[in-house]
Amino acid sequence: MKKFAYFPGCSLEKLAQSYNNSSVETTRLLGVELQELEDWNCCGATTYFHVDQLLAYTLVARNLAMAEKEGLDLVAPCSACYKNAYFTNKYIKEDPDLAEHINYALEEDDLQFNGTINVHHVIEIFVNEIGVEKIKSKITNPLEGLRVAPYYGCQIVRPKHNGTDAENPHFFEELVSAMGADTVDYPERLRCCGASLIMTSRHAALNMVRTLLQSAVDCETNVIATACPLCQVNLECYQPQVNEEFGTNFNMPVLYFTQLLGLAMGLPPKKVGIGSELVSAAPIFDKYLKRTVR
Amino acid sequence: MSEQFEPVIVGFLCNWCSYRAADLAGTARIHYAPNMRPIRVMCSGRIDPQFVLKALREGADGVMIAGCHPGECHYVSGNIKALRRFILLKAMLRQFGVEEARVQLVWASASEGIILAAKVNKMTEEIRALGPLNWQETVLGGNNGYKVAQAALVPEEV
Amino acid sequence: MSEEQKHPEQNERVGVYICHCGTNIANVVDVEDVAEWAGKQPNVEIAREYKFMCSSLGQDLIEEDIREKGLTRVVVSSCSPHMHEKTFRTACERGGLNPFLFEMANIREHDSWITNDKVAATQKAKALTNAAIERVVHHQPLEQLPVEINPNTLVVGGGIAGITAALELANGGHHVYLVEREPSIGGHMAQLDKTFPTLDCSACILTPKMVDAGQHPNITLLTWSEVEKVDGYIGNFTVSVRKKARYINEDHCTGCGICIEKCPFKVIDDVFEVGMGERKVVYRPFPQAVPKFPVIDKENCVYFQRGKCKACQIFCPTEPNSIDFEQEDEILSISVGNIILATGFQLFDTAKIPQYGYGRLPNVFTSLEFERMVNASGPTDGKIVLRDKQTEPKTVAIIHCVGSRDENYHKYCSKICCMYSLKFAHLVHERIPDADVYNCYIDMRTPGKGYEEFYHRLLEEGTHFIRGKVAEVTNAARIPEEKGKLIVQVEDTLIGRQRRIPVDMVLLSPAMEAQPDSKEISQLFKMGCDFDGFFTERHPKLDPVATMTEGIFIAGACQGPKDVPDSVAQGAAASARVAGLINIGTVMMEPVRASINQDDCSGCRICNNMCPYNAIIFHEDRHVSEVITALCQGCGTCVAACPSGIISGAHFTNIQLLSQIEGILWDVRPAKEKVPA
Repeated sequence: MKKFAYFPGCSLEKLAQSYNNSSVETTRLLGVELQELEDWNCCGATTYFHVDQLLAYTLVARNLAMAEKEGLDLVAPCSACYKNAYFTNKYIKEDPDLAEHINYALEEDDLQFNGTINVHHVIEIFVNEIGVEKIKSKITNPLEGLRVAPYYGCQIVRPKHNGTDAENPHFFEELVSAMGADTVDYPERLRCCGASLIMTSRHAALNMVRTLLQSAVDCETNVIATACPLCQVNLECYQPQVNEEFGTNFNMPVLYFTQLLGLAMGLPPKKVGIGSELVSAAPIFDKYLKRTVR
Repeated sequence: MSEQFEPVIVGFLCNWCSYRAADLAGTARIHYAPNMRPIRVMCSGRIDPQFVLKALREGADGVMIAGCHPGECHYVSGNIKALRRFILLKAMLRQFGVEEARVQLVWASASEGIILAAKVNKMTEEIRALGPLNWQETVLGGNNGYKVAQAALVPEEV
Repeated sequence: MSEEQKHPEQNERVGVYICHCGTNIANVVDVEDVAEWAGKQPNVEIAREYKFMCSSLGQDLIEEDIREKGLTRVVVSSCSPHMHEKTFRTACERGGLNPFLFEMANIREHDSWITNDKVAATQKAKALTNAAIERVVHHQPLEQLPVEINPNTLVVGGGIAGITAALELANGGHHVYLVEREPSIGGHMAQLDKTFPTLDCSACILTPKMVDAGQHPNITLLTWSEVEKVDGYIGNFTVSVRKKARYINEDHCTGCGICIEKCPFKVIDDVFEVGMGERKVVYRPFPQAVPKFPVIDKENCVYFQRGKCKACQIFCPTEPNSIDFEQEDEILSISVGNIILATGFQLFDTAKIPQYGYGRLPNVFTSLEFERMVNASGPTDGKIVLRDKQTEPKTVAIIHCVGSRDENYHKYCSKICCMYSLKFAHLVHERIPDADVYNCYIDMRTPGKGYEEFYHRLLEEGTHFIRGKVAEVTNAARIPEEKGKLIVQVEDTLIGRQRRIPVDMVLLSPAMEAQPDSKEISQLFKMGCDFDGFFTERHPKLDPVATMTEGIFIAGACQGPKDVPDSVAQGAAASARVAGLINIGTVMMEPVRASINQDDCSGCRICNNMCPYNAIIFHEDRHVSEVITALCQGCGTCVAACPSGIISGAHFTNIQLLSQIEGILWDVRPAKEKVPA
């Protein structure tokens, strides 16, 4: 069983518990163990880097150092956590001066980071480590007829890294197809969800959410699949506000791709955290899953 | 009055790119350290590592080897051969106890006068910080045995 | 002991001349001090300083001293040898001294112009002068190598630059081989509809030139051919050309075109029609092709693939039949004195910028596709229509700088795109009078005769100009008006707003880039190309068509993005350079060449692989290596590599360089007897 150091990040503790559960459950079924880091700390999220860059790097480096101590690559399910960890890892490897500063601070905690590990997003584990073919072979309840819009968000492909095509990626689509679902050719799949703009410029952020939802509706989407807790929150929780602000009538379920995958692999809905959505996915499941999930 | 140490650097410049870059720096009146004394060769591939050692032995504090950018060599690939020799030479100089900054390989195309000038400035400063080479002491005479032995004790990756 | 070390060095009579260069040198370097000091150095017979050494009086000074004081060596400390080495060598020669017994010290570009520090500059001037003095005593008299110029010329590439170069030379009475890899000459210009800014029909001005080139008695046209191998050097190149099988016997074919008519199979034409149209399997790229002979596309020919059909052969009216399925590639060996490369460009692959949707969104077109579309003889008979080939667009957006001026792709400005984008806007206005055209540009660059005026004309025609780099072309509608349209998302920097412009058709103006195989071409011809793949000229301003390799010239867009008039000018310029060489008949080559002492060579063969020109051969019988002087270019890489030090690089010998090193370090050398070299 291939093992990774798992960094769930703050969101997955509570708000995105379903993401956490479904990630752990699905990977386990596919022969990958996500071993949660003991005593991990916040990654600095989207804001801390702008406050104090060096401290923010150090914060992330602590998690990296702990993973390195275990001799494991780090996996993060949250796109922001992933991006922070990915770039911190990259910069430390490239900049000995930065590494020295950070290691000086990590010494306090008896830690040291030498840059010997890699950082992955959990979706990369499915696509690169496990592979679409293997996933296909484990699908027992293909989500036939379910139109799933793969929503990448911005941070798993940008800034350019890992050789992925930032402008025209296709791995999420492949994953959705592997589940047996119909992949929606979702034109806004790479556009930002508004992220933390919702705090500072509410109208602008809601407008961004609206664009994404409208496009999904236009493409006859049944459910949007996300790979990031913040995207999920913005797209799902703010639907009432969007409806109020723009006079729309959205009622679009937004699920984590791991939840859909779990269902397709025959996991009981409860185990992948279905049932706690704000926009209920029940109607879809009635329509598409009842006949397979008995 | 304590005088600032002025290092003497011998520059081996290839005729087609770096010598012309130095010409251009002059024509453009770019002021830079006059410490580099250029010697023209047709190609950086002509630079025998012996020339570098000779210059250091004869009192130079540093040697700059300058050629065309990789892929732009007037003679197809002479600069790549210079690079290979340079890497081997560096390994040898390290064992002599000669600091890395003293012998540098730079690429400068005929249009990069400003870049060459900057590199000469940088190298001059680096060597100024290191002080005189003093080959006789460092490598041959005095307590050279100590320094060479010390260098030999430290395992170096090549 | 090699020859050079036996050379006497102690009784030379060196004349040293320090130039003031007006005040250029004398203002910073204490020239009197340098001259006085130089006069005291060993071997120096006389040291002088003078206002302008390059003036005729300065040169006279050298000549007189050679005659009267019996100088055997001359050193001039002045400017760069690239400036005046030739001047002073000639002066020495006039004085009766072999010109290679002269050495120059560069105390202007490398000294007085780079510092205000008079003490340091004077010290450096002494070092450089002394280096030259110590070097020059080891100089040996050398003779320049005369090389005869073969009057035939090879022109590679049959676009407008190559055609022009070939015609200019041919009209001057010189024979030209014009090699083109496509079945017809004409290049990109043949694909264009109109040329900016005059809007004259491209074919109308090009085809007469193509016909001239095809019929010229002095031009051997080798189309459907590629250069495979180049040997030799200026004056004497031997070039192998692969003449690919056309499966048409050119001696019998009349070019009637009946085979094309009768061929039952069509394929998409990816080359000339850039995928917009079809062609037969036996085809001419376009009706006015030169030569008129068709080509059978073996890959798609049913006879070649399945062994039957032969419709072309059955219907061929010539006697004997011109269709020859047995034809094979031919390798021709041609001897030429000079080569002009005019290999042209390709367009940036717009699919590399996925956010612009090319290949994904059907109504996004590239410039060349649009050129074919608006061309009256093109796939849509000149009608501007969407990919469905019937709907006329009412709104068209033209995106400039696709792949150029972009850190991710090409940093350079592709030079012609603004102008052809304007031309496109004009053509849309002309063909669809009520259409709205949006030109999204970063900066409008229209330098050229009549170009800016053309831009103003477009402003008056009502084109919408939006200054901003397009972020994205998408089909994701956000408002009802955008439904079914392509939406161009762009920041209009002049009004400071993001705009979403719904349009029916998007035209991308991709950058011109080097041919995909330009690196291989440059290696084949042993000349340089830059990081972008464009061929490197000898001097960017003063020698734009020559290359660093003697006898090889470049013209047109293979050197950098260029429009038609510039390509024509370069083609003509390159041919003028070649004609000059042919007229002189011989060139003198620098005698900077390597030679191997045959007695001392151990036959280790280390040098054999060092030579980039394969100029070193190994004599198996005698077990020694030898340099073919005619092939040697004088880089000296082998000289540095020889473990026995028995390869001598004329004018850059070990002893000359080692003495120069000693001389340049005159003030810091450890006090001891001279270290033997």
